[in-house]
Amino acid sequence: MKIGKRSLPIGTLVLGFLVLVFIGVAIFRYWKGLGAASNMSDGRGWGIWIGFDLYCGVALAAGGFTLAAIVYIFNLEKYHPVVRPAILTAFLGYMLVAFALLIDLGQPWYIWHAVIYWNIHSPLFEVAWCVMTYLAVLALEFSPAVFEKLHWNVPLKYIRMIQIPLVIAGIVISTGHQSSLGSMLLMTPDKLSPLWYTPILNVLFLVSAISVGLAMVIVESSLSGKALGHKVDVSLLGGLAKAIPYILGFYLILKLGALLAAGNLGLIFTEYPENLYWWLEVIVGVVVPVVLFTRSSMRQSRTWLFVGAGSVVLGLVINRFNVTMLAMRMRPDTSYFPSWMEFAVSIGLVAGGVLVYMLANRFLPVVEHHEVHDEVQQEVHHEEAQETA
Amino acid sequence: MPKGVLYDNTRCIACRACQVACKSWNGNPGEETQNHGTYENPTKLSAKTFTAIRFREVEDDGKLNWAFAKVQCMHCLHPGCKAACPVAALQKDEENGPVVYDDTRCFGCRYCMLACPFEIPTFQWDKPVPWIRKCTFCADRLGGGLEPACVKTCPAGALKFGERDDLIAEARSRIAASPDKYIDHIYGEKEVGGTSWLYLSDVPFEDLGFRTLSDERVDANPQRVLKTVPWMFAGVAALMGGLYWFTKRRQKMSQGESGDREKEEEVAK
Repeated sequence: MKIGKRSLPIGTLVLGFLVLVFIGVAIFRYWKGLGAASNMSDGRGWGIWIGFDLYCGVALAAGGFTLAAIVYIFNLEKYHPVVRPAILTAFLGYMLVAFALLIDLGQPWYIWHAVIYWNIHSPLFEVAWCVMTYLAVLALEFSPAVFEKLHWNVPLKYIRMIQIPLVIAGIVISTGHQSSLGSMLLMTPDKLSPLWYTPILNVLFLVSAISVGLAMVIVESSLSGKALGHKVDVSLLGGLAKAIPYILGFYLILKLGALLAAGNLGLIFTEYPENLYWWLEVIVGVVVPVVLFTRSSMRQSRTWLFVGAGSVVLGLVINRFNVTMLAMRMRPDTSYFPSWMEFAVSIGLVAGGVLVYMLANRFLPVVEHHEVHDEVQQEVHHEEAQETA
Repeated sequence: MPKGVLYDNTRCIACRACQVACKSWNGNPGEETQNHGTYENPTKLSAKTFTAIRFREVEDDGKLNWAFAKVQCMHCLHPGCKAACPVAALQKDEENGPVVYDDTRCFGCRYCMLACPFEIPTFQWDKPVPWIRKCTFCADRLGGGLEPACVKTCPAGALKFGERDDLIAEARSRIAASPDKYIDHIYGEKEVGGTSWLYLSDVPFEDLGFRTLSDERVDANPQRVLKTVPWMFAGVAALMGGLYWFTKRRQKMSQGESGDREKEEEVAK
């Protein structure tokens, strides 16, 4: 079947431009230093490169280990079509985290120091090791897609043999670092607002990561469906959506319980302006998705699935922004708003990830065969329509 | 025995000789500053300024009290920066007291800046090869049996270097001798598990910009959680392994049943 040549669509050009801007900014950052490339300062040592690229990036990639658990451990074959896209999304997500670190770290050429210099009492040490090993696990979990394309059957056989241990390792490691990103913030008991600081912050981080992992699979499937033509069964996405209210409900109970136990529940009304950020996070990230996804009619609509899942994702982003920046006290007389270069790096990295995701879908067997067939059919029909016009 | 320094702001005359001595000993350049009406110069610590005197105008019984406070790394007994650093670039010299920073390990993650409850570690934002910088407690001078440069220089006797326990006793006796002069609190004795630098003041510490902190070490909760990690790893692995075995077995059994049913149907035909 012949697929006609198309000129690059406008979306790809925009994404490519954003990546080029990122590269330019990266060069400037290395040449002139972090102070010139960002608005970070002694009063605010961590900005959006940590708050968004790292903290949100890791959580939004949680679809990898959650879908792997659902398909390979709980053996729910129904969700098989989305496990490979989820693993690809996770792999690209963690690669973006690694690239963001190479920009944000003061001396990224020493990033390997965590391999030889150990502080086992540091939550960040645990995060660093877990992220390193998990990147390897994700690469191995995704490798069958590459081996299938290349028809390398021997490596394929070996990977298949270790698939279940790999999946279990991935779940264990992910549980570790998703929660340890929360543990890291336990080091700041008097800087992080009491609306968020709780000794169970690590548990809250893990539970929210699981919920956003499922939500990201819905979001990514919806976007791929629109952009690349392969639509995933609504009942599959609806199944994921059905689980989300339970996870979010548990999350809210833990969150409120923690506030109650500390005698801080009243702060959600009195601690201004942080309480506004708290309500925004809870309404967008918990209330809206729960209200939508407890209705089966909503779970059967592609639009509402996307809206609800998008709300979970947005709520998670607001939460991670709150705990790393908005509700984390700075030195007095400090203010922080990201510079355009900080935005350029974060946006450029996401644009790059989307580009690679699209390339991977074009050249590798990421989705099921019949869905690729649909895309090819659509292209042929499109050309036929153009010829007759 | 751990050393400490006692700063008594009632003796301090805010001459800032300590700032100059610190710059001199550490080879730090001066910073260009703008005068916004305060005597503080510079107004904050930075990678080039390891110590500075804070000036605060505090109203006290209708009278104006011009109160001072020398700020620098507190050299905590249980430092948050040391607990945070993933590559152990910050270490506590248990014998002498300084929290020392190792350039050769640091890769600039800046977690120490977040972890410090006193917001001390500063970063060389303007350098392409940046390090963290902070007061060193003149660890090199201590190693040679000398006092820190700031203590040595202070002309007013506001700084006293010695064994931490002795300094606490001295501080208590000063408070007891002049109970109307001093706030009845030694800042740094218990805060975040205790610091090497101890403070006496004639105005409330909050008015000097010294926040009220818990006596608990800042790494108390992270340590509690990190202890559970090996159990969590083992537990999750066991749970997932068990679930996999269980669901695979159930799948095999149901396949076996449908296989049997097919055989029965064939036999029946």
